Amino acid sequence: MSAPSPVELDEPEVSDLVAPATPWVTIVWNDPVNLMSYVTFVFQKYFGYSKKKSEKLMMEVHNDGKSAVSTGSREEMERDVQAMHEYGLWATLEKQD
Amino acid sequence: MGGFSYHRRSKQIIATFSGFEADLLRSLASQLVELLRNEVAAPAESEDPLEALLDFSGPTTEPEDPVLKRLFPSAYGDDTEAAGEFRRYTESGLRDGKARAASTIIDSLEEAGLPPELDEDGLVIDVELSIGDAEAWMRSFTDIRLALATRLGVEEGDEDFWDSLPDDDPAGQVYGIYQWVGILQETIVEALFAAS
Repeated sequence: MSAPSPVELDEPEVSDLVAPATPWVTIVWNDPVNLMSYVTFVFQKYFGYSKKKSEKLMMEVHNDGKSAVSTGSREEMERDVQAMHEYGLWATLEKQD
Repeated sequence: MGGFSYHRRSKQIIATFSGFEADLLRSLASQLVELLRNEVAAPAESEDPLEALLDFSGPTTEPEDPVLKRLFPSAYGDDTEAAGEFRRYTESGLRDGKARAASTIIDSLEEAGLPPELDEDGLVIDVELSIGDAEAWMRSFTDIRLALATRLGVEEGDEDFWDSLPDDDPAGQVYGIYQWVGILQETIVEALFAAS
C-alpha cells in the first residue's frame, strides 16, 4: 500500500512588489467659450468643492491656462475627465509629476 | 430679455421667450442633436451664407469635424493609443447624454406651447424647468456655444473684431446669437446657484 503521492501545487506567483498606485491628475484647460460662473458651478456640483475652492481652480484655469482639479487612480481620473467632457469642459488626465 | 430666474415658491427655473427666440433655440438644439446622431453627415451646401454658418450639423466624419473634436476632445494629450481606448468606451455614452440634453430643450419648449411650425406673431413661451431639466439646458447651452464658437473661429479676447463687423455680416449675426446664448447660460447658472 502506498501513500497517495502528495499533489504538488505550484507556488502561487506573487510579484515581489505590488507597485504603489501612481497618482493621476485631471487637468482642465482654458478655452475662450466657457463662462467663469459655469466652470465654477461645475467644480462645485461635480467635485463637491466649496465655492471658494471652485473659484480658485477656475481662476487658475483662466489665468494660467490650466489647473489640476482632482487626483486619484487612473480609473477615477478617467471618470472625472468623462464627466468634464459631459459638461463641455476641455479636460485631460496624466500621471502626476 | 431677462433670461432665467429661480422661482422660490414653485422651486422651478423660469424664463419667458418670444416665439422667434424659442424657435431659434429649438433650431440650434435640433442641429446639435443631428450632429451628434449623424456619424457621417453630408457636407453643408447652402447658398445662404447665414444659413451655412448656422448649420453646424455640417460636414465630415468625426474626429475630423472640428465641432465634434471639441465636444469629444482627446483625454490623453499625445498618447493616441490610450486616448483611442478612452474614446471607445466613453464617446457613444457622451454623445447620447449631449443629445438627450439638447432634446430636453426641444421638449420643454414644445410643452410650453411652441408649435411645430412657428406661424403666428406675438407668441410668448413661458418655460418652467425642474432643477434637473435646467441643468440639462445649461449643459446643452455649453455644447451649442462650443459648436457656434468653433464654426466661427472665436478666440480669447477677440470681442472687438466681432463688434466691428457690419450689421449685415452673417458671421456677426451668428456671433450675436452666440452671445445671446451666453447670456441665457449666465442667467441659468445664477438661477441654479440661487436654487442650491
